[in-house]
Formats: sequence, C-alpha cells, structure tokens
Amino acid sequence: MSAVLDSHGHGLDHDDHHGAPHGWRRWVYATNHKDIGTLYLLFAFTMLIIGGVLALLIRAELFQPGLQLVNPELFNQLTTMHGLIMVFGAIMPAFVGFANWMIPLQIGASDMAFARMNNFSFWLMIPAAAMLAGSFFMPGGAPAAGWTLYAPLTLQMGPSMDAAIFALHILGASSIMGSINIVVTVLNMRAPGMTLMKMPMFVWTWLITAYLLIAVMPVLAGAITMTLTDRHFGTTFFNPAGGGDPVMYQHIFWFFGHPEVYIMILPAFGIISHIVPAFARKKLFGYASMVYATSSIAILSFIVWAHHMYATGMPVTGQLFFMYATMLISVPTGVKVFNWIATMWKGSMTFETPMLFAVGFIFVFTMGGFTGLILSMAPIDTQVQDTYYVVAHFHYVLVAGSLFAMFAGFYYWCPKWTGVMYNETRGQIHFWWTLISFNVTFFPMHFLGLAGMPRRYADYPMQFADFNALASVGGFLFGFAQVYFFLFVVLPAMRGHGEKASAKPWEAAEGLEWEVPSPAPFHTFENPPKLDATATRVIG
Amino acid sequence: MKNNLLQKLTSGALFFAAWANTTAWAVNDLPGGPAVRQLNLQPAATKIAQEQAWLHWFMLIICTVIFVAVFGVMFYSIWKHRKSVGHKSASFHESVKVEIAWTVIPFIIVILMALPATRVVVAQKDTSNADLTIKATGYQWKWGYDYIKGQGEGIAFISTLDNAHREMSNNGAKGVDIDNYLLKVDNPLVVPVNKKVRIITTANDVIHAFAVPSLGVKQDAIPGFVRDTWFRAEAVGDYYGQCQELCGKEHAYMPIHVKVLSAADYSAWVDTEQKKMAAKQDDPAKVWDLAELSKRGEKVYAANCSACHQPTGKGAGPIKPLDGAAVVLNADASKQIMVLLKGQANGAMPAWKQLSDTDIAAVVTYTKNNWSNKTGQLVQPADVRAAR
Repeated sequence: MSAVLDSHGHGLDHDDHHGAPHGWRRWVYATNHKDIGTLYLLFAFTMLIIGGVLALLIRAELFQPGLQLVNPELFNQLTTMHGLIMVFGAIMPAFVGFANWMIPLQIGASDMAFARMNNFSFWLMIPAAAMLAGSFFMPGGAPAAGWTLYAPLTLQMGPSMDAAIFALHILGASSIMGSINIVVTVLNMRAPGMTLMKMPMFVWTWLITAYLLIAVMPVLAGAITMTLTDRHFGTTFFNPAGGGDPVMYQHIFWFFGHPEVYIMILPAFGIISHIVPAFARKKLFGYASMVYATSSIAILSFIVWAHHMYATGMPVTGQLFFMYATMLISVPTGVKVFNWIATMWKGSMTFETPMLFAVGFIFVFTMGGFTGLILSMAPIDTQVQDTYYVVAHFHYVLVAGSLFAMFAGFYYWCPKWTGVMYNETRGQIHFWWTLISFNVTFFPMHFLGLAGMPRRYADYPMQFADFNALASVGGFLFGFAQVYFFLFVVLPAMRGHGEKASAKPWEAAEGLEWEVPSPAPFHTFENPPKLDATATRVIG
Repeated sequence: MKNNLLQKLTSGALFFAAWANTTAWAVNDLPGGPAVRQLNLQPAATKIAQEQAWLHWFMLIICTVIFVAVFGVMFYSIWKHRKSVGHKSASFHESVKVEIAWTVIPFIIVILMALPATRVVVAQKDTSNADLTIKATGYQWKWGYDYIKGQGEGIAFISTLDNAHREMSNNGAKGVDIDNYLLKVDNPLVVPVNKKVRIITTANDVIHAFAVPSLGVKQDAIPGFVRDTWFRAEAVGDYYGQCQELCGKEHAYMPIHVKVLSAADYSAWVDTEQKKMAAKQDDPAKVWDLAELSKRGEKVYAANCSACHQPTGKGAGPIKPLDGAAVVLNADASKQIMVLLKGQANGAMPAWKQLSDTDIAAVVTYTKNNWSNKTGQLVQPADVRAAR
C-alpha cells in the first residue's frame, strides 16, 4: 500500500535514498509522479462531487414546473458553475492525474521530466478551485452567464465574474505546465527501444491531447482577458455599446472550446484502447490506424468550432463549411469504434468491471457520437440548438464518454496503485447502477430537446413536466451511485482492504506498468529498463 | 403515427415519473407548441420545418441502422467469443484492407448525408423577396416587434409574458394546469398566412434568440448586429417559441407567440392596430393630473419593472428597492429620469429609452406616489422629453 496513502509502507523504505518527507510534507512538497497523480485524482473527485451537488440542485428545481427551491438568478449560477467545475475542475484534472500516474510507468521513465513544475501545476489548482467554488459567497453570487461566458452578458455580472476569470487563468496556466511536462516526458524519457510507434495508446492520446492543450488554453486566456478589460478598463472588444463584437467572443471561445471537447475525450480513448485488448485477450486491432485516427481527430478539431454558432447567423458558405468539416470527424471516430470491436472479435473475453465500463463506454459514447452527427447538420441544429437535445448529447459524450472511461481506468489500474484488488461485486453494482441511472437521466432529455425545451431554463411549460421528473429521479440515483463508488470501492482499496494484487493481476494485460510490483514502489525504473522487441516487457 | 407508437412504448418508463410527480398535471397538448410527453420535433407549419423534420428522420434512421448493425456485431462477439464459453482468442490484429474499407465507406455515407442537408441550408438562408419584414428586438426580458416593410408598416409594440404566469412560476406553479403556461404574452406577433415573412433580429442589451420550433426558425438576436431569418406559415393558428440564448435571470420568461391570420383577418388587424396607434398617440405636450398619470404608471410598472423590483417595490437580492429609495424620494426628479433613460450599474438596471415620454413620466410619477412613497410629486412628459 505504498504509493497511495501509507507513508511508512515498504515502497518508501527500500527505494527511497533521499529521505523524502513524511506526513503532510510528503504531499505539499510532492515531486513524485505517483503522489502527484494521487493528489490530482482525489482533487478531481472532490470537484466531481461539488459539481454533482450543483447538478442535483438543478435537477431538484426542475423536478416540477414552477420555482420551488431556487430563484432564476441562483439557477443560472448553478448551471454556470456546474459546467465550469465539471470541465475545469473534474474531467481535465482527473485525466492529468491518470497521466501522472501512468505515463512514466508505461514508458519506463523514472518520473515526469519536470518534477517540481509538476508539484506547482497541481498546487496552483487549489487556490483557483477555491476561488471558483467560493464565488457563490461573493456579493451578487457566482457568475451566471453560462460556462461559455458569452459577452455581453458577462459585462453585467458582479465581482465574482472577475474571480472566475482569474481562476480560469490559473487553471489554464496549470494545464499548460502539465501539458509541457507530459510532452517533454514522452518525447525524451521513453525507455530505449520504445519508438513512437510502439508507445502505449494512452501515452499517444495524451501526447496529442497535450499539444491540443498548449495550442488552445492561451486562446481561452485571451478571450477571458478581453472580457476582463471590457469589464474594467474601458475596452470594447465585445461590448457592442462601444462598437465591439459579441460574435467575435464566440469565435474565439469556441476556437478553444471545440479542441477542448477532444482534450476531454482523447485520453479516454487511450484508456479504452488498453482495457479492451486486456480483457479480450487479443492485441489491439489496428494500432497504427488508431494513432492516425486520433491525430486526424485532433487536427479536424481546429476547423469545426463554428458548428456551435449556427444560430448566430453565418453566411451560407460558412454554415456549409463547418457542417461538412464536422461531419468529417465522424469518420476517424468511427474507425476507432470499429477497431475496438474488431479487437473484441474472436477474442476470449471476460467481463470484470474495467471491461464492463469499457464496453459501456463504447456503447453509450457512440450514441453521443451519433447525436453529434445529427447536431452537425445545420438545418436540424436550427431546431435543437440550445435545447435539451444538446444537453443530452454532451452528457452522453462527457459522462458516458470521459467519466465512464475514467471509471474503467480506475478499476483497471487500481491494483497497481493500491496493491489490492477492488471488490468485484461492488464494482459490478457500481457499473450497472451508473449505466442505468445515467440513461434514465439523460435519455429523456433528447425528447425534451426535440420538443423544443430550451436549456438553462429555471421553469418550463407544463408539457415538459414528466420527462423532467424522470430525469431528476435518474440524476439523484446517478449521484448516489458515485457516493457508493467512493465509500465502498475507492476507500477500502486505498486503505489496503482486499485481496492482494500480483504484479500483473489481469491475465492478458500488456505494458510496462505490469512489469513492476503491485503496488508500484515509490520509485520505479530508476535505471532505464531493457525492453523486448514489442517494448511491452522488461528483459533485464 | 410514428409518434404515437413511440409514445406508447415509453409510457411504461414514464409510469415511475408520473408516480413520483405527485401532482397530476391535467395539461393538454398545445397546438403550435409542445405536446405532453412529446418525443419528436413539433408538427411543422412551414416547408422549412417539414424539411428539417424529414432530415431528422433521415439521419435518425441511418444512424439507428448503423448503430444496430455495429453493436449487433459487438454483442454477437460478446455472446460467442467469451472465455466462459471456451472461446480461444485469435491472433489477427491488423488489416490495411479492412481499415481502408471502414474509412472509405463511412466517408461516402457522410457525403450522402450532406447532400440533402445542403439543399435545406441554402433554402433556409434565402431571405430575399419577403412579403413582410418585421424587426424583432430582444430586450431583457421581452420582445419588441417593428413592422418595417409590407402590409402593416409602422406598427410597433412590445410583447411580454403575462405577469400572472410569472407570478405562478414564483409560487411554484402549484395546481396550475394551463396549456400555455409561460407561453402567454400580452401582444402576440401577428402575421398573414402563406406570405414570406422576413424576421430581422437585433437586441438592446445582451444576446437573445428568436426561436419558433413549429415554424422552423431560430436566429440569435445580437446587440449591435442585424441578422435575419424567414418563414412562410402554411396554416392559420398560434405558434409558440421561447428565447433560446441565455440572457440573464428572466431568460425563461420571454416567450414568443406568433399568431398567423388569414389575409382578410390580417388586414382587419392591421386596420384596427393602426387606428389604435393613432388614438394612442399621446400628445407629448399634454399636462396630466396625478391620479390619471399614476394609474397609467401602474400599468407601465407591472409590464416592465415589477419582474425585478417586485410588485411591492422592495426589490430582491441585488435588485435595489424603490420603496423609500433616496433617488425616488428626491424632490429633483431628473436623476431618476436619467436612470430610466440611461440605465445603471452596467446595465443591471437596463436603459428604458424605448418607452415613450408619457410612459416614463407615468412610471416615475407612480413610483414617487406609491407604497410608502408619498411625495405628491408629478413628472410631466415634457420633463422627460427635455431630459432625453
């Protein structure tokens, strides 16, 4: 149980030559990629719960028509903060946590390239998150302009808007540092013999994601800085009263925002590409095409941003260009799904929890992919833009996509992190409970959106009542499932309760992370390992 | 027909929701608006909306077929290729031919999907040769309609959610079972049937969106910009929509009601409207007495101010109270008039310069002489005109 909680575990004792700090200093001064990975994951889960509570307040208000619990102002604050916290506080840091833990282990490196910057990029997030979540207690309440922070509504917000902008700047800086760290680590610290085209898929997807992050986080920073100067220093970038252009804000925001969507899903693709082969007992089908597909998705993600803006009134050529480009993304995404299924084909499958979540991911994420294809069509989008159909779509790709993949990854690598197997029965309960309640929550939203219920509405016409009630019931069930997951799966594993895990607890798992003992000792691969021809085994 | 079948299929799933929702909503379908537990797009009242619905079915069917085929393969594999049934794993792991096939075939399918969509995009964007042009202006939180060109030119009015509905919402909508809840406005947008109506959108403060699903239109209304869209309603009736771009706290309370009339009815409406406008033309030089002006001010207040400042004048949260406020009680009315004309607090209190001199004078007079405010002061339209 060395690497996760117990600072006196055997991992520390025999591997540590520097007298690394114990107690709270171990975490505050952390430079070990495993400790920082653990911190990231715990932080992200905390934010997931905070964002989840906000979501449940939204669902509680929408359970019945009429205002019962919150006023419309607070309602807008809840939707805004739910989005910001989930995107910037939960999903993104969680994947960075996975990257910290797994990338050095998977490429046979001793640690991340910049260990102290790694510490800094984690600890920067704490004040930023506190400022973001604390904005509820500022005068006028939290920002209420939606997570997209469209101008000129942002110009009407209270001081909490500035706090949110500052928090996003800091989170952005943290992300950029984390990404530089990942790029440098992956490009320079791979064990000899691991060529780029032998890298594990998770490392590949994160390498591409890191480039996306470095490219677009500064764009977001620019957009919100201009918002800030519009608010306080008399500029009028986006303020129409001074000749500014509110539509330009949307172009800049979505030039960040669309690659951001892929930032939140590409690492998920990576995780799934490890789990499916491991439990199908068969090599990943079409490794090279997976790499090319991921790269194509990343490149295409830069030329589709305005499909979020069909309703702003683009010229017909603009609408057509963004429609075609968006539809094109479904081709490489389809290739990935086909490859996963081809990996399963004629395999010898078992369905432990990681595989359940992986199959659940492929099934439900693909539904989100198809609604994305439907949304990409400008004429259909005219009907469903800014309705619950969009809400359903992006929860299908972000919850059933990113979050399911992270659950899959947790169950898959938990033995490596904690040294014990999670409780299989509880894992399966968590899976089925999550899968069913997720669909009960979000499937009815497709109907609401098609019928014309706008998103971000605190109250709605009576005809929408039943599906809203159903979604609210599902939402609460989904929330409780995650509490169950933490209390009955994560905590026992972190405390070391459970069957001891061997170095490679999964029969057909491949990769260097399974070449070190479970739990992974505090220091691994201090000397570059010698690899076999496939770069998946250590031979000396 | 398809709708009915789907509705039956899902009614089972909804049993639980209906049970959980202890109030039995005795609400009916709203023609031109949403139906109860509606599963698909609203019934189309224009060619464009029909095309959109057709495209949606087209996409839904293709996607469903692909989905079933792909996951049919996956579940077959899950069924047959399990370790527990003794299946041994094969060793193949790449095939350039297969990869090319499942790149090229989806690419072709995507192109086939794009063709019909392109046609509809081009049709949707063609706003030329309109019979009637109306400007829709988004305000926080109401719509202003100006008939700019065509029959009825010159008609202009503001359309606001029925205040009774707003209050029902605040009261938790308990026991409310009206079909047009949150969709009822004081002045619907009236247009003739079978005429091409071009809607020009803009906004006064933040971005709003003019959207009427059954007419197949959705266009953001952007401050400082003019955008347009169009529809040609094919049947007389009422069609409903709502603002669809987050525009602040009353976002859910600025519905759109389009009333489509026959050519004759529309002419009659234009006639009475123009007569009404002529009659309503307030003589800006008219000198009003206190009771008369306060009474008018009460109406202006209910339509424009009470959503934020509350009927009690006490405000709410960050919204300032008017009851007992220094600026209202001030013997010099000019400061209050300026707040109304220019707005305050970065637009949190919006500018109301679109109201007439008489309306502003009336509402200022009303606030100065209502609740605990008993100043006895009277502001005349001429004072407002001087301040503009």
